[in-house]
Amino acid sequence: MDTLAATLPVRKPKFFTNGKLAMWLFLGSDAMGFMGLIGAYIVLRITSPNWEDPKFDPPFGINLTAFMTFLLIVSSVTMVTALHKIGHGDRKGLLFWLGMTILGGLGFLCLQAYEWTHFLHGIHERAVEYTAETGKIAPFTNYQATFFSLTGFHGLHVSIGVVYMSCIWIRAWQGAYTEKSHSPVELVGLYWHFVDLVWIVLFTIIYLLPDSVVN
Amino acid sequence: MSEPASTAPGVDQAQVSHPYYRIFGILTVLTIAEILWVYVVPHSRAMLAGGLGIMAAAKAALVALYYMHLKYESKLLWVVALFPLTLVVVMIAGFLPDALAPY
Repeated sequence: MDTLAATLPVRKPKFFTNGKLAMWLFLGSDAMGFMGLIGAYIVLRITSPNWEDPKFDPPFGINLTAFMTFLLIVSSVTMVTALHKIGHGDRKGLLFWLGMTILGGLGFLCLQAYEWTHFLHGIHERAVEYTAETGKIAPFTNYQATFFSLTGFHGLHVSIGVVYMSCIWIRAWQGAYTEKSHSPVELVGLYWHFVDLVWIVLFTIIYLLPDSVVN
Repeated sequence: MSEPASTAPGVDQAQVSHPYYRIFGILTVLTIAEILWVYVVPHSRAMLAGGLGIMAAAKAALVALYYMHLKYESKLLWVVALFPLTLVVVMIAGFLPDALAPY
């Protein structure tokens, strides 16, 4: 017998809380926002004759962002472990693993700030050269505009997630959650996994898909 | 006071903890496989894009099904989750004729 299937619960819940329905509705609407940006990115990329190679621009390309992806995946595991701990009434476990998740989110944000800083510096240097050669102001390319829109919108979500989780951590520290009553922990977990899920898509379409595939 | 949590009621949480680490392992392996697929494995353009798409969709589905517990949720939440995906497919399909037209 499949051991993975054997460990999974088979009973379907007959109801869900109002909070969970509200969070799913929010995530559904938020997903549509992301989908609009991703859809625009796909169409712009297909129609653009010159698209920068993500291996070289942004400067840290795959190495840094692969690590950022791994960091978010790890933070999803720590989040789900936090929920598991409070499900067993282990408040200290909740505090520890939720704290680890917050640190993971902060680490992601620091790396993204590092990447953005160097990317912007490179854009500025090229813009100065372009202006010196042509006498014109260097335009933003579609690649740069969509890169900052998509990663910026996602980074905003990560930032909000870190603040959201920090609020839940403080409430947990105050003893607000118990084995039987910890719905907010579950809801912040849903939000955080959604942020992870979106990054999985962004990592593939922005950083992994080479220019040669679409042009 | 918070509402009672509704993650798979009636299910021992210990039962669901173990798959999470397996899912983590699968996600890590798929991420490495994506990078190898792009930089190591020789293939055509269609295979490259198709392979990446399948692996990204598999990772996203694992996160939604297991970490977000969609696998254990009611059909209504499935509808809420899948509706935006349907809309984006319609939207991209609507744009593609213009996007692919010669200019």
